[in-house]
Amino acid sequence: MSSIAPEGASRTIALPAGARPGATNAARRRAWQRNLTGYLFITPWLFGFFAFTAIPMLGSAALAFTDYNVLSQNIRWVGLENFQRMLFNDPRYWRSVQATFSFALVAVPLKLCFALALAMLFNNSRKLVYGYRAAYYAPSIVGASVAVAVVWRELFGRNSPINAFLAQFGIPGQAWLGNPDTALWTVILLSVWEFGSPMLIFLAGLKQIPGHLYEAAAIDGAGAWKRFIRITIPLLTPLIFFNLVLQMIFGFTVFTSAFIISGGAGAPLDSLLLYSLYLYQKGFKDFQMGYAAAMAWVLLAVIACFTALIFRSSSHWVYYESGSEDDR
Amino acid sequence: MIALHRLTEPKVAKGVLGSVLYHGGVCLLGYLMLYPLLWVFVSSFKPADQIFTDAISLVPRSVTLENYVQGWAGFGGIPFSTFFVNSLIYAGGGTVLTVAASALTAYGFARLRFAGQRVWFMLMIMTLMLPVQVQVIPEYILFAKLGWLNTFWPLLLPRVGGQAFFIFMIMQFIRGIPRELDDAAAIDGCSEFGIFWRIILPLVTPALVTAAIFSFYFTWNDFLHPLIYLNDPRLYTVSVALRTFADPSTVTNWGAIFAMSTLALIPVFVVFIFFQRYLIEGISTSGLKG
Repeated sequence: MSSIAPEGASRTIALPAGARPGATNAARRRAWQRNLTGYLFITPWLFGFFAFTAIPMLGSAALAFTDYNVLSQNIRWVGLENFQRMLFNDPRYWRSVQATFSFALVAVPLKLCFALALAMLFNNSRKLVYGYRAAYYAPSIVGASVAVAVVWRELFGRNSPINAFLAQFGIPGQAWLGNPDTALWTVILLSVWEFGSPMLIFLAGLKQIPGHLYEAAAIDGAGAWKRFIRITIPLLTPLIFFNLVLQMIFGFTVFTSAFIISGGAGAPLDSLLLYSLYLYQKGFKDFQMGYAAAMAWVLLAVIACFTALIFRSSSHWVYYESGSEDDR
Repeated sequence: MIALHRLTEPKVAKGVLGSVLYHGGVCLLGYLMLYPLLWVFVSSFKPADQIFTDAISLVPRSVTLENYVQGWAGFGGIPFSTFFVNSLIYAGGGTVLTVAASALTAYGFARLRFAGQRVWFMLMIMTLMLPVQVQVIPEYILFAKLGWLNTFWPLLLPRVGGQAFFIFMIMQFIRGIPRELDDAAAIDGCSEFGIFWRIILPLVTPALVTAAIFSFYFTWNDFLHPLIYLNDPRLYTVSVALRTFADPSTVTNWGAIFAMSTLALIPVFVVFIFFQRYLIEGISTSGLKG
């Protein structure tokens, strides 16, 4: 991941083209043609990158320092005002930060633990195991949909099956979604329920662990727990790392479930006001796009910090077998 | 007789018991996992007055299709079929564009050498981590200025750039193909595009299918973009329509909502059942090489 200057890249182009120093025109033309072909292939991506990623991002960086409002079409340079307001004058903003951290810091580790436990459970060649894997993965393909969020809301509603089930044991039903202490847990549960992708990734990793390692450890008298801690976990750390980064990004940006379950408002008492939901409200309900853009950049910065933190820490806990990390 | 004999052997007996415990446990947990989906499916066939009165039961006392009839009638004079057509346009068109662009780009990055390649590749990988929230505000302003609100352009046009996740996944597959095949084709006079089209594409079909399935899911389930860009109910996709339909402050007919929720989940499940092998392998491969 070192910085690679374009000159360096072009030098590596010229060499395989068979051009010696003092190359002929033909060699240069060939290099040029090579570049042209390359760029033609990535043109769609380049277009998308500039039109819908790079330029919009620069735009939103600029917007973050304005009070742009779609309705009034006013635009005024306000310097750091948006950020000041966020930090000091917007208690709802802080509630959304708190809700998002509570959500991500609980949901992501839980999801990964679940994914790993079930991957271990399915790492065998028993009958039907393939079908089980598919069945346990099924919630993950629909979990992010509005339909499931609507169902989730009703599952935890007043007359819901959950309450009816608890009533059988004499436990009084609760308004899970009306109570700020429990509302966020329903969204966490929905997120953990979608553990399928990390589970499959862990499963693929488990299959790569050579069986002789376990046999050798067993002969040396290591019990199941010790083998898990000393062999399985270390060899899976690259995948734990990968899943952690991905799921953390998802965790910080969850939108649909919180929107639907809280009726778009973050209720009750802003306990479901996840960051992206508040950002949506500011940008597309109040049309304070300058403020929303500033919020988006803070989100990006936080995600970048967390990713950097995980990357930096990875040298201490991610174990790579020598020679397996040859990326390109 | 033989089975009985085997059972008496302690080791095998333990195996059988373990097997029973294993399958029993996995099935019980699986039942809990799938309960919400089973519940909405069964509820959609229950008469309206029974949905919440015997909420837990997964066996309806009587079965009715009335919920589907009422739900399909939609709201505001717009039938639900309109929303399904809109969703199919978005998910179908979006998927085709995404996969085509991703495949071209993946080939460019995996097989060709050109100036600036590494820089672009790194930028591409970095976009993997970008939250959609950062792009969506300026994109909205751009499309609003172009007068494209309440059209499908803001939904489909950004797909022309492919998606980093799929590009990366297809690249992993392409790297697994021996370069000798490309060289042989080149010697036979095949152009670069010819190599891509005739040699590489057929060999990476599994990756393309995986990308297509994922792209279909993401798009079919996408809520934020249709919510922002489509205000005209006739253009609503299924997700936005369901949200309006199931607005807790106005809703009375839960049966119809569960019926339409069930229908909204069906395309995803159909794709899943037919292509799950591709999907599961796709996740494993792209994940492993990540």
